[in-house]
Amino acid sequence: MTAALAYAAAGIVLFCLGLYALVAKAHLLRKILAVNVMASGVFLTLVGLAQRGGAPDPIPHAMVLTGIVVAVSATAFGLALLRRLHEASGADTLEEDRGE
Amino acid sequence: MIRSAVALAAVGLLAASLLWVAGTMPVEVAPASARIAEKLAGTGASHPVTGVLLGFRAYDTLLEVAVLLLAVAGTAAARAAPAHAPVPVRAHPVTDPALRGLVPVLGPTMVLVAGYLLWAGTHAPGGAFQAAAVLAAASILLALSDVLPAPDADSRAVRVALAFGLAAFLLVFHLGALPRALLAVESALTLSIALALACLFGARRP
Repeated sequence: MTAALAYAAAGIVLFCLGLYALVAKAHLLRKILAVNVMASGVFLTLVGLAQRGGAPDPIPHAMVLTGIVVAVSATAFGLALLRRLHEASGADTLEEDRGE
Repeated sequence: MIRSAVALAAVGLLAASLLWVAGTMPVEVAPASARIAEKLAGTGASHPVTGVLLGFRAYDTLLEVAVLLLAVAGTAAARAAPAHAPVPVRAHPVTDPALRGLVPVLGPTMVLVAGYLLWAGTHAPGGAFQAAAVLAAASILLALSDVLPAPDADSRAVRVALAFGLAAFLLVFHLGALPRALLAVESALTLSIALALACLFGARRP
């Protein structure tokens, strides 16, 4: 197992951990954090897989840079929506998650 | 309980299959890095990642800036009306000695670092987004220490500045002058992106 493959594997594990938290946790802030962890996993996998050849492939690196900015924007928007939901209804979980 | 168990099983299966795919994926025969190195001079940048970002995949960068602006619009729309959520101005003065001591040092340094990152982007890791991130962090620091309030997405001047970067990029892109005007376009982008990030995360002390 090369170093590049180890990074890619770590990224995949991070992605799956984030996915599990997204599904299993009810609190909306945790869901937003879980999506961020999934994004970090994807970036790590992209960068890891880009290093497998001799010279690092710059295209996945550029995609990761783009992805970081988009993840930041989506997080900010999600947080704004969560804040508005909390101000409007005092809730911090979705309807369907409240029964458990 | 059942839901957690099912989720765990499904995610475990996904992890196993993704790890198997990553392990058995063949390394490409004609790596893109060689082909990019040949054509890099035509993009106006000498660093391959900047060349990819602003040359070969400039359309991705364009849409990325547009997504950022969309997030600013969405965040501004999701805010409660001003009558319901008044912003307390100077609720109490900043007394934290660390903050008061650091801001005069960190603020100018961050602006300088952002300027360097912007310029270095053509031949080393750096560029518009990195510089904009540092500038936005400086803006948040200043907002948290009551030196300068975070930009307000409702004001006309801020909105024009937000659109300026994207408009400049579009104009230069369609004129085909992107390789020649790279640093100018990156500067315009840095301004817009820094303003967008500062609007998104406009910090208010509780």
